[in-house]
Amino acid sequence: MTARVLALVVLLAASLQAQVTFDRILHPEKEPQNWLSYSGSLFNQRFSPLTQITTVSAKNLELQWIWQAKSLEKYEATSIVVDGVLYTVQAPNDVVALDAVTGRPYWTFTYENLPEARVCCGRVNRGVAVLGDMVYMGTLDAHLLALDAKTGRLLWKTQVAKTGERYAITHAPTIVKDKVIVGTAGGDFGARGIVAAFDAKTGKEVWRIHTIPGPGEPGNETWSGESWKTGGAGVWNSGAYDPETNLVFFGTGNPAPDWDGRQRLGDNLYSDSVLALDADTGALKWHYQFTPHDEVDYDSTQVPVLADINWRGRPRKVMLWANRNGLSYVLDRVTGEFLLGKPFVKVNWMDGFDPKGRPQRVPGKVPTKEGSMVMPTVLGATNWAPPSYSPRTNLFYVGAWENTGTVLTEGLSPRAVGRNPMGQSTLTANLNKQEDGYGVIRALDPQTLEKKWDFPMNDITWGGVLTTAGDVLFSGGKEGYFFALDARTGALLWKVALGGQINSGPMSYSVNGRQYVTVAAGTGLFTFALRQ
Amino acid sequence: MRFITAAVVVLLATTASAQQHETAADIEDGGRVFRSSCANCHGQDGDQVAGVDLGRGQFKRAQSDADLIGIIQKGIPSTGMPATNFSNEQAARVVAYLRSVAASRRGGAVTGDAARGKALFDGKGSCAACHRVGMAGSRVGPDLSTIGLQRRAMELEQSLLDPEADVQVSNRTYRVVAKDGTATTGRLLNIDSFTVQMLDSKEQLRSFMKSDLRDFGFAPSPMPSFKARLNAQEIADVVSYLVTLKDRTAQ
Repeated sequence: MTARVLALVVLLAASLQAQVTFDRILHPEKEPQNWLSYSGSLFNQRFSPLTQITTVSAKNLELQWIWQAKSLEKYEATSIVVDGVLYTVQAPNDVVALDAVTGRPYWTFTYENLPEARVCCGRVNRGVAVLGDMVYMGTLDAHLLALDAKTGRLLWKTQVAKTGERYAITHAPTIVKDKVIVGTAGGDFGARGIVAAFDAKTGKEVWRIHTIPGPGEPGNETWSGESWKTGGAGVWNSGAYDPETNLVFFGTGNPAPDWDGRQRLGDNLYSDSVLALDADTGALKWHYQFTPHDEVDYDSTQVPVLADINWRGRPRKVMLWANRNGLSYVLDRVTGEFLLGKPFVKVNWMDGFDPKGRPQRVPGKVPTKEGSMVMPTVLGATNWAPPSYSPRTNLFYVGAWENTGTVLTEGLSPRAVGRNPMGQSTLTANLNKQEDGYGVIRALDPQTLEKKWDFPMNDITWGGVLTTAGDVLFSGGKEGYFFALDARTGALLWKVALGGQINSGPMSYSVNGRQYVTVAAGTGLFTFALRQ
Repeated sequence: MRFITAAVVVLLATTASAQQHETAADIEDGGRVFRSSCANCHGQDGDQVAGVDLGRGQFKRAQSDADLIGIIQKGIPSTGMPATNFSNEQAARVVAYLRSVAASRRGGAVTGDAARGKALFDGKGSCAACHRVGMAGSRVGPDLSTIGLQRRAMELEQSLLDPEADVQVSNRTYRVVAKDGTATTGRLLNIDSFTVQMLDSKEQLRSFMKSDLRDFGFAPSPMPSFKARLNAQEIADVVSYLVTLKDRTAQ
């Protein structure tokens, strides 16, 4: 190649920042250099088609830059990269645009939440979304904002739910066609969950649903008395979208009060469920409840992972799910049919499924007067951190907590709902000794939901998982290690101590032909590439 | 931050009865305090409270600087004017700022028409070629969607007549020349020892390693003076339009 041609190629590679059409978001495989949605695609596979970093070259990864958030909150955001510009969130709700090569700032948008904004579990944000030339973020005071992607100027701001009613938005919005879709957190406070869609250009509301049906709606009868009003079922992680069925999928959180079901008898629909909604209207097409009448806080707010796989001999459109309740699932995402379910860690609260996929409970594995050890722990076999599916290895990868439990002890009397939304039970975590629990990156075969390999860690993990077309898996844990594994075998290829807990999912992008991988640890964003 | 020109300072020194001579920096500081603590009620031009026009030296109760300092510190009971914890020096700087504004206003301005100003902005002035208002126009120049909340009429007038006189740090123009001779000009967003980030003239976010550049440095503002392009009435019209731009989305 002549120098002139090479120069031209380099020039083209430094591509112009074009409008992010929905078609681009829907087809990330056409532009592997970018990362245009929370989990890299609306199928949430968190799989990068980039191939420069391989199982052979990963040992040559080296630090390129660090960007440090001026925030002491946990850094849970996954970055978005559009044509060399990286968008991230400085918790709780400042948006920052950085040069993806140098980590140097283009602009910062600062947002001050209303003083009444309250969250149960950290003033965090899991990322932004992009469409057109706008950047979208949900806020702790339950607003949705649109910013100019080039300048960071606020273009519109819409209140999604009332801040004073303890609603908040912590997850990255989900873009579907010309809409921005968000859900509300606050379930632990009893705030009745909402999913709502807004016109991306104007911020005008298009539809909204409640995750707990109101009187007269199917499912309302699964709540005793008036408990549906304060039943929680928040939505605090991104959704998935399937263009063929035009369904958007969201996982819902636990029912409230969290650890005490005495005042909310019944299955408590649609808590701990996945909802399949018509993306244009919000109409509920199907649902599957992972944990009926949950008293252990088994949120189902993991991101739904969609895959088109050959499943037991025939092509099938499935949804893969490793749940906080310790069970992994294969569902038919067109119909919601339960295809397969199996524990992926030690589980003692259920011992099988009925033909429709309802878990069969083990008696006594609920809060009792004497205290009952329930496994997995109240923090879950996995939590919200995003998993990965590699279409190359056909494996489903989960950051999991193995062999953990919580002793649930029932309170003397059920508290009035709303006064103590977490419940009257007391919890004793069983995480203290190494043999009692540990973190693991676990590779599951969707055909059987059996594990193919494990990469155990000394401590538990809040880290998400990224896989790449170089067959490299990236993840990290609470100890602050960021590491690369062979996605086929789980063998350790490379590691670095980042000195802060990893609370997010890694992602990968490239600029001018160089592949980068980025992860947040502590309050910093760390970016690596192969040594040149 | 708008700097008060030396001429105004001289004028102030001869006309204002401040107890001490404030420097331009003091006046600038007073302006900063005014905008953050006073303008919410009094408005950026100081004319939002009935019967009071701070920018033209019209006060209800005060005559002397000492009166004004006292009001700023103690407030006015039974009115919306609260007391502050400003020191004598801080209050004096706000007064110096108000006097400087009043001084610069003397001579009478032409009254503008905002509707005509908008037509000039969109038409003859071609302002949207560089400036953005709402969702229209270019991002290369400063975004003017909220300029009516940020700048006073006299400052906008100065920017139209003499754009180079005072350029905000966030609006500086920068030019880099790559080793192959390719030049890029844009609004400077960030600069450090090794890199430069800008929004270039094609509205692209660009980042450069200095080591890849043959030359780099500040460049003149691309904003032309409208002194010869628009007459006094037209300037007043455009200013009248600009002060109406108060997009409160971000409020």
